Amino acid sequence: MPTIYARGQKGRKALALPELSRPEEELLRKIPEGMRRREPPLLPEVSQPELVRHYTHLSRLNYGVDTGFYPLGSCTMKYNPKLHEDLSRLPGFTGLHPLLPEEEVQGALAVLWELSEYLKGIAGMPGLTLQPAAGAHGELTGMFLIKRYFEDRGELPRREKILLPDSAHGTNPASAAMAGFRVVSIPSDRRGMVDLEALKRNLDETVAGIMLTVPNTLGIFEEDILEITKLVHEAGGLCYFDGANLNAFLGRARPGDMGADIFHFNLHKTFSTPHGGGGPGAGPLAVSEPLVPYLPVPEIVKDGEKFRLHYDKPKSIGRVHPYFGNFLVMVKALAYILTLGDEGMREVSAAAALAANYLRVRLKGTYKLPYDRLCKHEFVLSGEGLGEGIRTLDIAKRLIDYGFHPPTIYFPLIVREALMIEPTETEHKEVLDAFCEVMPKIAEEARTNPALLKEAPHHAPVRRLDEARAVRQPILREPFLGN
Amino acid sequence: MNPYIPHTKRDIEEMLSAVGLPDVEALFSDIPEEVLRRFKPLGLPPRDEIWVYRHITGLSQRSTGTKLIPFLGAGLYDHYVPPVVGHVLSRAEFYTAYTPYQPEISQGTLTWMFEYQTMVCELTGMEVANASMYDGATALAEAVYMAHRTVGGKVVLVPKSLNPNVREVLATYAWAAGLELVDVPYDENGQLRLGETPEGTSALVVQEPNFFGVVEDLSGLKERLGKAFLIVYVNPIALGILEPPGKFGADAVVGEGQVLGLPLSFGGPLLGIFATKMEHLRRMPGRLSGRTVDTEGKEGYVMAFQTREQHIRREEATSNICTNSALCALAATVYLAALGPEGLRKIALLSLERAHSLAERIFSLPGFRPAFPGPFLYEFSVRCPDAQAAVRRLREERIAVAGPELLEKCGVENALLVAVTEKRTPEELDLFVQALSSLAAEVPAAGFKKG
Repeated sequence: MPTIYARGQKGRKALALPELSRPEEELLRKIPEGMRRREPPLLPEVSQPELVRHYTHLSRLNYGVDTGFYPLGSCTMKYNPKLHEDLSRLPGFTGLHPLLPEEEVQGALAVLWELSEYLKGIAGMPGLTLQPAAGAHGELTGMFLIKRYFEDRGELPRREKILLPDSAHGTNPASAAMAGFRVVSIPSDRRGMVDLEALKRNLDETVAGIMLTVPNTLGIFEEDILEITKLVHEAGGLCYFDGANLNAFLGRARPGDMGADIFHFNLHKTFSTPHGGGGPGAGPLAVSEPLVPYLPVPEIVKDGEKFRLHYDKPKSIGRVHPYFGNFLVMVKALAYILTLGDEGMREVSAAAALAANYLRVRLKGTYKLPYDRLCKHEFVLSGEGLGEGIRTLDIAKRLIDYGFHPPTIYFPLIVREALMIEPTETEHKEVLDAFCEVMPKIAEEARTNPALLKEAPHHAPVRRLDEARAVRQPILREPFLGN
Repeated sequence: MNPYIPHTKRDIEEMLSAVGLPDVEALFSDIPEEVLRRFKPLGLPPRDEIWVYRHITGLSQRSTGTKLIPFLGAGLYDHYVPPVVGHVLSRAEFYTAYTPYQPEISQGTLTWMFEYQTMVCELTGMEVANASMYDGATALAEAVYMAHRTVGGKVVLVPKSLNPNVREVLATYAWAAGLELVDVPYDENGQLRLGETPEGTSALVVQEPNFFGVVEDLSGLKERLGKAFLIVYVNPIALGILEPPGKFGADAVVGEGQVLGLPLSFGGPLLGIFATKMEHLRRMPGRLSGRTVDTEGKEGYVMAFQTREQHIRREEATSNICTNSALCALAATVYLAALGPEGLRKIALLSLERAHSLAERIFSLPGFRPAFPGPFLYEFSVRCPDAQAAVRRLREERIAVAGPELLEKCGVENALLVAVTEKRTPEELDLFVQALSSLAAEVPAAGFKKG
């Protein structure tokens, strides 16, 4: 795949820029000699049509929600409404500097305040910060809050342990460790839920909290959720809920009512903002009453008809974002909530769970379903047993040939050869049916013509790529001659 | 029905019957009844698209700030964003894709990530760059964590001339990791004055140019630090004309990439730049695109060194970062490709030219002088007879600057921070000078309020 560096010619330009009115040498003398750049950076030199064609070409090598079905488990790849894109590009939002005095940015503060109020209501929790820039950033902020809470109560360093079900997203243990906690894994039981006995054995005065994903990464709702949060609270710990899977119960249940002390939203999952090829997202964090004093500053306060920024919070952990978080992402999420209203949100979780259960029931005949029970927005199949040497990776690559984005694979870790499927509520039944026809076809191919799978994809911009080589012989930038 | 759900009544009936459930409510029988009973709706009716469009457009028009002429920088700058950037970003194949976990159908994303990494290495003079962090502040915090993991130590030297908002984020992260931030003072030029390196130093942070707009001299710093990290927090536009920190032995270069083709956006989304040396590759955070070949020998790209990352390594990962600022990094890639080396240099010099022209005129007014005589590029600090009065006067002319509160956090009293980009016109510069000159006329020439 040639990069932009393979295009263009020396001296070619894509933009007409203003001319300098003083000689360059005179301007450069303003910089101390030792700090003046000696050699220009090697950047492409292309015309505008070349530039546009290059990136248009690259875009066509990509697969997005707008290309087709994207059942990537735990990622909630729902449709991203176009209205939101236009709203987030309004000059009254994009042109605002975050350091302008609060009286000059009332419209933007209104967006932050409105969204905060709705998210608090959706979580059923009294406090909220919009600062975290992603889900994992929300988790880290949550861990900071837990740390400050126990520090304030004089319970550090004793409370040094965070409990984590073995089905948790990888970001959970990483976030806990980054905040200086020790991670203790809690096994799942035969139902795919937290093993209550194992949990009890680990509850002592060193527990700072538990991180739960509700429903868990098998797509199964923790039926003992109230018992779990009660036990953790009785041990003096706090309950963190990973909200990546909120699509499963949006508009019908609230984490605050389940015993959550901290809950992060992924606006780029549940609230339909696009994933941007990896970001930016937004990970607002809701908290229970005891944690409100520790939230990041500033807080957005409504004072009559005016919005103000409140900094005087002596117990706050401080800032986790230099300004207010990913504002333009929030504009899109607000538009989504307003469009849907209560009824629309309730329909989201219903349609998401219906689609997932529909696929589960239709596919379990051909693929192993290790935890066969009612699921929420997603479920996990296993690619085991399809044929000699056939792995889940092969199934995933073969799905590409049929025009689908593969599900999340090899996660959660508690299912061997996992295929984690999340159809979302925005996918048409015709597409779900087509997927249900292709999956058994691939299982059949695994038996009759395994090479078709092993060598897949056959119809993609590239064939299967050598990932080991990228590590063995790392090429992480364009290797120019002389570099 | 929610407009984004495509199911007809018949679709729903067919799916329910396949699942063997009487109605959709039965899909939620596993949620404890107590929880379902406690649920309270927001009281929000559904709205049509026209209503939502009007409501949110109305909010966007409520801020008076966009009508001001921005001489306000202090970390985020009003550079020109060529429309070609927005048009590339509008390709839905880019913005509706997830992280490129399936490389064979993500070559678009992985290729531009590789281009971006190359460009960041070229700008910073470093050997390896990741595919983005959330923003400059968290990129800095992660670089400090990496320094701590690499060389140990608990002390992080932080100049008083670091952007206070960035410093506040760093302080939160440092507290959580038990690291101590130790102030490094600045001299009369506004440049950092590094004393002895204390025992147990993990890193020195230097902002280039610093928060006052002054260019720091990076030479000799790394030599004085020994194994402790030299972390340089840069404005990437400045690197069009400043010697890259890699040439001075920097261990990590981080910075705020908003200036590379992103609008101000009320401070987010932003772009965290992160680059380091190859020897720290396995300790660095974030995603990396690497070049490889497919089974037929055709060149392609994959996410490389994923074993550093949270989805593989869990609590042993180098960072918890997953979602990053990918689309913003694409904006920076397209922006830099559109500018080329000459264009980048020109943007930096145009900003410098206008800033110096404005500064010369302001400093010729009685009562206004540079807070620091040190060299500057496109942003400078102005000591005023009365900084608050100056802010008010400028506001009357619809001009926004960074008021004295921010500089006060760095120990600079009664001064404004003025930023100038290539977008500012001669007429706008005139207006700025006229506003202040009316103020200069009102006070005696020697009438400094303070300092």
